[in-house]
Amino acid sequence: MNPERSEERDGTPVGRRVFLGTLGLGALGVVAAPALQSGLEGFLGAVAGKDPTGLTGLLPNGGGFRYYSVAASVPRKDATDYRLTIDGLVDRPGTHTLAELRALPQTRLVKDVQCVTGWRVPGTPFEGVRLSHLLDMAGVRSTAKAIRFTCFDGTYTESLTLAQARRPDILVALRMQDKDISHDHGGPVRLYVAPMYFYKSAKWLSGITVTDRVEPGYWERLGYDVDAWVGRSNGRTDEPTS
Amino acid sequence: MSLRADAPAPPAARIRRFSRAERWVHRATAVLMGVCVVTAAVLYIPQLAVMVGRRELVVRIHECAGIALPVPVLLGLASRAFRADLRFLNRFGPHDRVWLWAALSRDKRRSSRPAGKFNAGQKVYAAWIAGAVLVMLGTGLMMWFTHLAPLMWRTSATFVHDWLALTIGVVLAGHVGMALGDPEARRGLRTGTVSREWAEREHPLWRP
Repeated sequence: MNPERSEERDGTPVGRRVFLGTLGLGALGVVAAPALQSGLEGFLGAVAGKDPTGLTGLLPNGGGFRYYSVAASVPRKDATDYRLTIDGLVDRPGTHTLAELRALPQTRLVKDVQCVTGWRVPGTPFEGVRLSHLLDMAGVRSTAKAIRFTCFDGTYTESLTLAQARRPDILVALRMQDKDISHDHGGPVRLYVAPMYFYKSAKWLSGITVTDRVEPGYWERLGYDVDAWVGRSNGRTDEPTS
Repeated sequence: MSLRADAPAPPAARIRRFSRAERWVHRATAVLMGVCVVTAAVLYIPQLAVMVGRRELVVRIHECAGIALPVPVLLGLASRAFRADLRFLNRFGPHDRVWLWAALSRDKRRSSRPAGKFNAGQKVYAAWIAGAVLVMLGTGLMMWFTHLAPLMWRTSATFVHDWLALTIGVVLAGHVGMALGDPEARRGLRTGTVSREWAEREHPLWRP
């Protein structure tokens, strides 16, 4: 028999070892992920701050925001056609234009943003009207228990209990990173729920409805926690943001 | 005449390299992998995510393609030719060590690149990508069915899934790039046969 042929058929099973080794490394990676991740995030965060190309932003957990939209396309709204509706269990339902919202007292908060998928953006300024102020203006009735938020992407919804909604660190935000909120970041107006995972901070906010019970929002019907406190929900242990 | 020189070798001089079943396994795997890569890019790269939106639908397509990715290979196990090639891919002889050393030291001389039906690079690639796909499948399932595993695992699984995806992207680009540089190798996977001249040059130890 030809020696090369027998070599080809009966050599060392290195392929199997590489295959099993890859599987083993993958499993090890899952086990070691928390330690590896914090190390990498620290390193990439530092690099991303000095990276003019922006390429580090494309690396996993490379710092910066990621864009998630659940709708096929989102209409663009600006000062001419944006309206925020407040209705439900309130004494004075109504709408606010962008100019009216800008004329109300503004609050600026600088805190970390934590996404439930793992990325965190440190020290991000948000500025806008306290949700509690808008609720007080509308006059919340005694039977009210919760708030339902709707968005002009036509799909996304969110919810808060009334007690949560009255916290001073929850804004109807008009500015982010000291700029008017861009369309891709949910502008011109988005919700900003500082103490919770970022999916609570609904983009393209268009409606605030006061309700008598919590109606779980879009991702919450898909399995995410309704009370999404950073570090105390969704099985995660991140540092609280607010 | 130059036309004749460029034309593929006459049928008699062509050697059978892959059976019909093997070609279909490769084609189906390539399509599913392509769907995984494209949908992953849409989920991952902000500019593409902005253009496409529809996150839930894209996630669903990605999940289905990912689940289906090992199926062609599993079906291929029914083919004797496919099983024989898996054995070739698995077994490394002394010549493969020579090939790998030459590759590492960037020695491109033919004489230092001995190869059987598959060269050592192809063997390592096959074994690694098979393992990597299963790791992606496992971590993907942990991200998908979060109730199957402790919730904390989802973050860890996401971490491995993200970084391995990036690695696979780079390696896959290399795989496609090398195929683009070797028309006869592509013809082998398209038609099942290669020219004798190519086989003797690229795979001198192969005894078809």
